[in-house]
Amino acid sequence: MSDKVNIDQIAELARLNLKPEERLALSKDLDEILAYVDQLQELNTDQVEPTSHPLALENVFRQDSVAKCDVGDRVLEHAPKREEKYFKVPKVIEGQS
Amino acid sequence: MELFRSTLKSAQEFIGTDSSKRDQLIDALARRVETVDPRLKAYIHFSRKGIEAHKGSKSRGLLFGIPISIKDNITTSGWETTCASNILRGFVPPYDATPVRKLREAGAVIFGKCNMDEFAFGSSCETSCFYPTRNPWNLDCVPGGSSGGSAAAVASDAAIAALGTDTGGSIRQPASFCGVVGLKPTYGRVSRYGLIAFGSSLDQIGPITKTVEDCAILLGVISGHDERDSTSAEIAVPDYTKFLAKDVKGVKIGIPKEYFAKGLNPEVERTVKRAVEVLRDLGASCVDVRMPYSKYAVAVYYVVAVAEASSNLGRFDGVQYGFRHETKSLREMYFETRDRGFGNEAKRRILLGTFVLSAGYYDAYYLKGLKVRTLIKKDFDEVFQNVDLILGPTSPTPPFKIGEKLDDPLAMYLSDIYTIPANLAGIPAMSVPCGFSSDGLPVGMQLMAKAFDEGTLFRAASAYELATKWREKRPPL
Repeated sequence: MSDKVNIDQIAELARLNLKPEERLALSKDLDEILAYVDQLQELNTDQVEPTSHPLALENVFRQDSVAKCDVGDRVLEHAPKREEKYFKVPKVIEGQS
Repeated sequence: MELFRSTLKSAQEFIGTDSSKRDQLIDALARRVETVDPRLKAYIHFSRKGIEAHKGSKSRGLLFGIPISIKDNITTSGWETTCASNILRGFVPPYDATPVRKLREAGAVIFGKCNMDEFAFGSSCETSCFYPTRNPWNLDCVPGGSSGGSAAAVASDAAIAALGTDTGGSIRQPASFCGVVGLKPTYGRVSRYGLIAFGSSLDQIGPITKTVEDCAILLGVISGHDERDSTSAEIAVPDYTKFLAKDVKGVKIGIPKEYFAKGLNPEVERTVKRAVEVLRDLGASCVDVRMPYSKYAVAVYYVVAVAEASSNLGRFDGVQYGFRHETKSLREMYFETRDRGFGNEAKRRILLGTFVLSAGYYDAYYLKGLKVRTLIKKDFDEVFQNVDLILGPTSPTPPFKIGEKLDDPLAMYLSDIYTIPANLAGIPAMSVPCGFSSDGLPVGMQLMAKAFDEGTLFRAASAYELATKWREKRPPL
C-alpha cells in the first residue's frame, strides 16, 4: 500500500465504496501519478501568483426577472425515485419507523 | 460524389431551403451510419426515430437541414445524454446546451450522440461504459479521445460535422488521430451551459469538421455570450469565414523547441516539419521559440483538472437523476451508487482530485499546480509578443493500438502533452491534418493563437489545407 495516500480516508471523502482489489490497484496508480506530479516541486514558485482561471473575470450581476419555467416538473420525470413533487431517498434518521 | 460525403459547405449548397433535399441528405447519412457504424461504434445514441424527432425548427437559417452529431456530454433536450457513464444511463435532459440551442435555431438537425471516454476522462475512447470506438483508418487502433466518437464519425463520413469538447486535448487529439479538423476555441468563446462539467476552468465545446471552412462556419454559429454561463465572454463574434485565405504573407509563426523534444515519434516530427516548410512557402515567417515551462503541463493538469473533476462529480449521488443503487441507508446509497456507477478511470481521477484538495496536501499539490499554471501561461504571453501563431505536433505519436495504454494511466496522460498547455492558458488551438505515417495513419499539426484570435488560426489552416491534398485520401471503409 501507499505511504503517501491513505486510500481508505480518500475514498471516504470521495464517497466511494472500493472493492478490495480496486483499493490496491488504485492506490498503486495514485502513487505513480503523484510521483510524476512531484516534478513540480523542483520549481521555486514563492513569488508566483496562482492562476485558478484563464480569463480575468469579474462577477457578473443582472436584475432578477420573472419567467415561465416548467423544469421543476420535467426534472422529476427522471428521478430514480420520487413521491409527488419530491425526490425520495432512504430514511435519513436512524431508529425510527 | 455520394451524398453522405458532403462537407457542411456542400450540404448547405445542396439543400438550400428545400426540405425534400434535407430529407434526402439525412437518409443518405443515416444509411451510411447503418453501414459503417457496426464496425466503428462512433455513436451511442442513434436512431431514425430520434432524428425524426430532432429535425428541429422550421428555421431556414444558415444550417437549415444540416445534420450535426453531438458528443454525449452535451445536453440535448429529450435525447439521452450519458457522458458514456453507467451513472447517467437513461438520463434524458430537460434542456438543450446553449450551443445545441443555437444549432437548432440555425435550422440544423441534431443527428445522434457520439461515443466518448467516460466523462471525457481519457485519450482513446476506451473508457466509455458502452464500447470502445475504433479508428476508421485502422480498426485495430483507437480514434483518440475523449471526443473519439465525434472525430471517427466525421472522418468516416458518418457525420457531416460534429461538436466535441476539449479539456486537455479532447477535440484536437482525436481530430489528429482521425485525419479531420478540430478546434478548441478560446476559453469563454462558446457557452458551457449544458456541457456536463469536467474541469470548469478548462472545458470548451468546439467543432470537429471535414474542412477548415466548415470549422469556421460552425464556430460562428455556436459562439457568443450567454447569460447562462458567467464565464462566457462579451466579445463580438466575427464572421470567421472572412479569415479564410490562400496565403499567410506576413504571419509570424513560432516553433517551440520543446514541442520537438524527446518522446516525439520521428514520423510525426518529419510530417509536421514538412508542414512548416509548406507554410513558409505560403509566405509565413517561421522562427524558433522557447517555452521552458511546457514540460510541466501534464503534471499541472493532473492536479488542476482532477481537482475540478472530483468537485464537479460530487453531484452524482443517485438522488436526482441517473443510476441509483437502492440500499437501506442513505449513506450506503451514496457510496454504492458511486462505486457501481463510475468506471475505473473516473474513480482514479475522483480519488486523485480528492487527495490533492485534502487537508495537508492542498498547498503542496493544488496550490503548487495553480502557480505553475501561471508560469505556463506566462510562456505563451511572452512568445505571443513576437509571433502570431505557435505551431507543433498535436500528438506525440500516430494513433496507438486499442488496449495498448489502457492499463498504464501515465502513458495515456502523456499523449496529451502538446494539447494541455492551450487549455491551461485558455487560448484557442486547432488540429489540422498534415499527412500520414508509413502505416497510413493520419498525423495532425497543432496551431495555437492568442486569446480570441481564432481568425488567424483559420487563415493559416485554410491556406495550408488549400495548398495540400490530404483531404482527398479517405479511410478504407
